This record gives sequence, C-alpha cells and structure tokens, in this order.
Amino acid sequence: MIRVELVKLARRPRNWVSLALLCGLPVLVAVFVVVTHVVPPPGQGPTLLSDVLSSGNLYPAAALAIVLPVFLPIAVAVVGGDAIAGEASSGMLRYLLARPVSRARLLTAKLVALVAYVLTAVVLVALTAYLTGIALFGAAPVSAPTGGGTLAAPSPVASAATSLSGTALTPAELVLRVAGAVAFIAVSMLGVGAIALFLSTVTNSPLAAALGALAALITSQVLVTLNSADAVAPYLPTRYWLAWIDFFREPILWRNIDRGLAVQAVYVVVFLGAAWAYFATKDITS
Amino acid sequence: MIVTHGLTKSFGSFLAVDGVDLDVREGDRYGFLGPNGSGKTTVIRMLLGLVYATSGEIEILGERMPARAARVLPQVGALIEGPSAYPHLSGRANLRLIDASGPGGRRTRAARIGAALDQVGLGGIDGRAVGKYSLGMRQRLGLAAALLRKPRLLILDEPANGLDPRGIRELRDLLAGLSAAGTTIFLSSHQLNEVEQLCSRVGVVDRGKLVLQDDLARLQAPTGRVLVRSPEPDRVAAALDGQVRNRDGDALLVDAADAAALNARLVGAGIPVTEIGAERRSLEDLVLSLTTASADRVDRVPRAEPPGPGTASDTGPGPGTKQEEAAHDQG
Repeated sequence: MIRVELVKLARRPRNWVSLALLCGLPVLVAVFVVVTHVVPPPGQGPTLLSDVLSSGNLYPAAALAIVLPVFLPIAVAVVGGDAIAGEASSGMLRYLLARPVSRARLLTAKLVALVAYVLTAVVLVALTAYLTGIALFGAAPVSAPTGGGTLAAPSPVASAATSLSGTALTPAELVLRVAGAVAFIAVSMLGVGAIALFLSTVTNSPLAAALGALAALITSQVLVTLNSADAVAPYLPTRYWLAWIDFFREPILWRNIDRGLAVQAVYVVVFLGAAWAYFATKDITS
Repeated sequence: MIVTHGLTKSFGSFLAVDGVDLDVREGDRYGFLGPNGSGKTTVIRMLLGLVYATSGEIEILGERMPARAARVLPQVGALIEGPSAYPHLSGRANLRLIDASGPGGRRTRAARIGAALDQVGLGGIDGRAVGKYSLGMRQRLGLAAALLRKPRLLILDEPANGLDPRGIRELRDLLAGLSAAGTTIFLSSHQLNEVEQLCSRVGVVDRGKLVLQDDLARLQAPTGRVLVRSPEPDRVAAALDGQVRNRDGDALLVDAADAAALNARLVGAGIPVTEIGAERRSLEDLVLSLTTASADRVDRVPRAEPPGPGTASDTGPGPGTKQEEAAHDQG
C-alpha cells in the first residue's frame, strides 16, 4: 500500500508543480539579489540572506528560510489535507476500503507518502538553492558565528559574514549542517502535516482540511509573537521552527533544536492518534 | 453467501435500515430492489464494511463481517454507487493501482487487468486519462475493477447506469455468463426489466425494511387468469359469460386455469384468437404495490387557507397525502 501511495504521489502533476514553485521562489530571490546587489540589512528580511553575497555555499540555508514560513507549510497542508479527503471526494475511498485495504494501513501509507513529499520538497529546495548559490554568488568559504546567540533570533547569525567572531566552516561541515537543518525543517513540517491528516479524515473536502491546518498554523504564528501568550508559546507548533538556524552556530546550539523536535513529536502523536481513532470508526458514506 | 440477521442502521435519529434479514444463497442472481432512499445503498455499504451496523449481524461467504473483512472482501467484487477512478490516470493505470492496493500477486496483474478489460468490452482501451471517458466507459471500467479478482460474489449497485440499450444487453450477457460459471450475483437496480430478465430471486426494501424476499419464479407464477386477444371480443365475452374479469378493447382477462384448454374451446367455437397466454404479475406491479413514494420526491405541503368570510373551505388533502394514502392502500 505504501508503494501505491508513493506512486500516486509521484503521478500527480499538481505535486510536481508545487515542488517547482517551492524551488523557484529562492531562485527568483537570488536573481533579484544578484542583479541589484541590494540585500536586507542584517537582522531584517529573510534570514541569512545578507550573508549569501559573500558565499553562495550558504544559499541553501537562506533558501530554506525563504520558503519555511509560508510556502512550505501551505504545500504540506495541501498534500496532507488531500490524503483521505481527496480519496473521499473522488469516490475512491470506498473502493480502496472494499478492496480491502485496512483503514490503519491506508492512514499509515498516507502518512509515509506525506513524509516522503516533505523530505523531497526540502531536499529539492536545498539542492536547487545550492546550485543557484554557487552559480550566482560563487563558493567562498563560510564562517559561522560563535555560540551564545539569543533564542532563535536571527541577528547574531546575520553577522556571520563579518567572520571576526566566527570560525571558518569546512565544506564537509557545512554539508552536515545543511543536512541537519534540512532534517529539522522536515520534522517541523510533520506537526502541520499531522493536523492536516487528522482534518482530512474528518471532512470529505480536501480544501477544508488544508485550510483548517493553515488556520491552526496561522493561529500558532500569531500567538508566538504575542507577548501576553508567552505562557503557551513553548507548546505551539511553530514556536521552534526557526531553531534550525542554530545548526549554523559554532558550536551548534542543541537546546531549541531538541525542544523543537519534542514539540513536533507531541503534535504528531496526538493528531495521528486522533486521526486513527476517528477514521477507524467512521461510516464511509462518500 | 450473504446472510444478515436484524441488520439495523440509524444515522442520528433517522432509521435508515430496520431489521433486515437478507438470505442470498450460493449461485443466486439476487435482485435488490426498492425506491430511492429506501436504504439499499446503506445495506450494501454495511455488507462491505464501509458503514458499521448499529445492531444486527452480517455473514458473507460464511464469515462474520466486518470482523473478517480481510478474508472475505478479496473474494468479493463490488460496484458501489457508481464507478470511481483517478481522473488524471489511464484506465489501465487505475486498475493497476486498485489491484496493487489489496492483497494478491503482482506477476499475474497485467494479464488479469487485460482479461477484465476484455470482459467488459474495453480491451482495446488506450492510454487516455479516465477524466476524458464517457459515462458508459467509466461504468465499464468500474465493472472491470469489480471483476479483477475473479470474485465468488459480485455486489453491484446500479450496474446498468449510463449504459445504452446495447451496453445493458452486453452487461446482462456478461452477468449471465459469470453466473453460469458459478459466481453469485447481488445487484441493486431500478431497471426492473433487467432484473426480471436476469435475476432468479428478489428482495424488496421499503423505508429501511425488507418487505419481500422470494424466488422470482414463485412471485411470477400464473395468477389463474388468462389474457386473450381477439378481433371479435364480443363473441369471446358471449362465449365465456361470467368468466370475463376485465375487458379493454380487444383484450380480455378471463378466469381460467389453463390457457391451452381455453384456446381449444374458443377455436372450437369458431372464434379467432390472435394472442393468448396465462397472466403473470409483472415485477413492476409487484414492486410498486409493496413500496411507498420515493424519498427523492418532495411534495408541497398543502397550506390550509384561512376560510374567507361567508365561503366554505374546500381545501382537500394535497397531492402528496393522496399519493401516500394510495400507496398504503395498495400495500
């Protein structure tokens, strides 16, 4: 069943369009930066963007920062929301279950396909951004700032280009750190994915499920920036999304990375559990 | 093959299926009939484990459902409320996906898909996406998906939908062939003609209850009356005085046990006979007499007009009430 779901994912033209758009946005930004040589001052605009002029090697990280807040979660919510509701609205759900595919297996296969999509998306963005960075900005060695930056605040990182406080990163180290960031961002998307998957079992409309997941996401993002909501902030799904930046500190700051992973794990367990409980007992009338 | 005991399903306060005891035997060609909204589809979905029964038991191929779905359903082919397919993929790709979703071998897949497509008359299908198929082609593809596993039991919900008369004829021949080869067929249909020609047994549901379940041959046994057509109906009526029940132009309905004896008697009296045969109840009459109005018919509720000064109110019951009463009387 997992193979079938992966085939379905791969043969859906829409998914390739969304991947192309995800990869295209950082390329577009890079072209603008190269043509104008105008970058946001350190601490403003997309994270790390001010550093890429000094080395294209850092562009994968900048590219991830560009797609992370909006584009990537939208794509994940759309694919996750489509998982069960899409089958229901196309009328295939009843035929799959009568084939028979057990409901637990179908849900698992959908989850695996969603994870595969997220990983593909993040890796493709990093790869195209690497090629774009090398081609447009050159491949100067990169230095990382020393540790001790405040929680996920981009400003200390943005000063990486000054290199006075930082140590130079070897290409191998940089690849490892980008890989770490890619993995962390992929995991960060799973919380949204699990919410979308749960809503997808509740409604028969893929659109409603995707929008519901996005609504949860936007709520979380609003609350994270709200000082009066500090009490709940550590439990919000988007709270540690920017912690991947800590992979580019020297030494790597694991504290927020670990917390981010833990929060995502909780969301995944809770919403997948809810999805399974709901789906297993649902009357399929679509 | 299919046995249910007291099968009941309520959606909230709406009782969709109420104590249905189905009994479909091996080799039956079972016609499952009833007006729209009578609960046919809910029963079919419960048989396939899609909708969970509120109470009651289901046994298919001798095993409990839905508990043993993983063992039962691979031997069941189903068409449920119209065919479905991924519109951006070809017919073959759709069948491959649906086949690969369930248990079963990969090596024989291409051959089985080819055989199923041949059976439904789509053998020469090209790589066109299903989204561009006609309604009839989709229906055939849905049938192919149901036949993919050479099932012992076929559960078909409105299999003739979207097919033209020739397509319906082909479908009937296909199902008759499968039945002859030992497949049990359970089909729901509004095409009573089709059911009459194909089925050996019928069950009729009305408002969630099974109101009839019997062999078609017994239901359509001669009524003890004979239908006679003659160019000289007056002479027939005179010769059979007292036996004629009904007369409509040149057609007469006569009380007689044996059509052949009646024929001999009329011909002996020198009365020409153009047509003669035992009267049988049509399935249509039977079903209409047993069922009430369709759930998809929504009549206007008669509004009681305030009686004007000095005029008598003559507001009778509206057409809806009349219709329902008539249906009740017949039943």
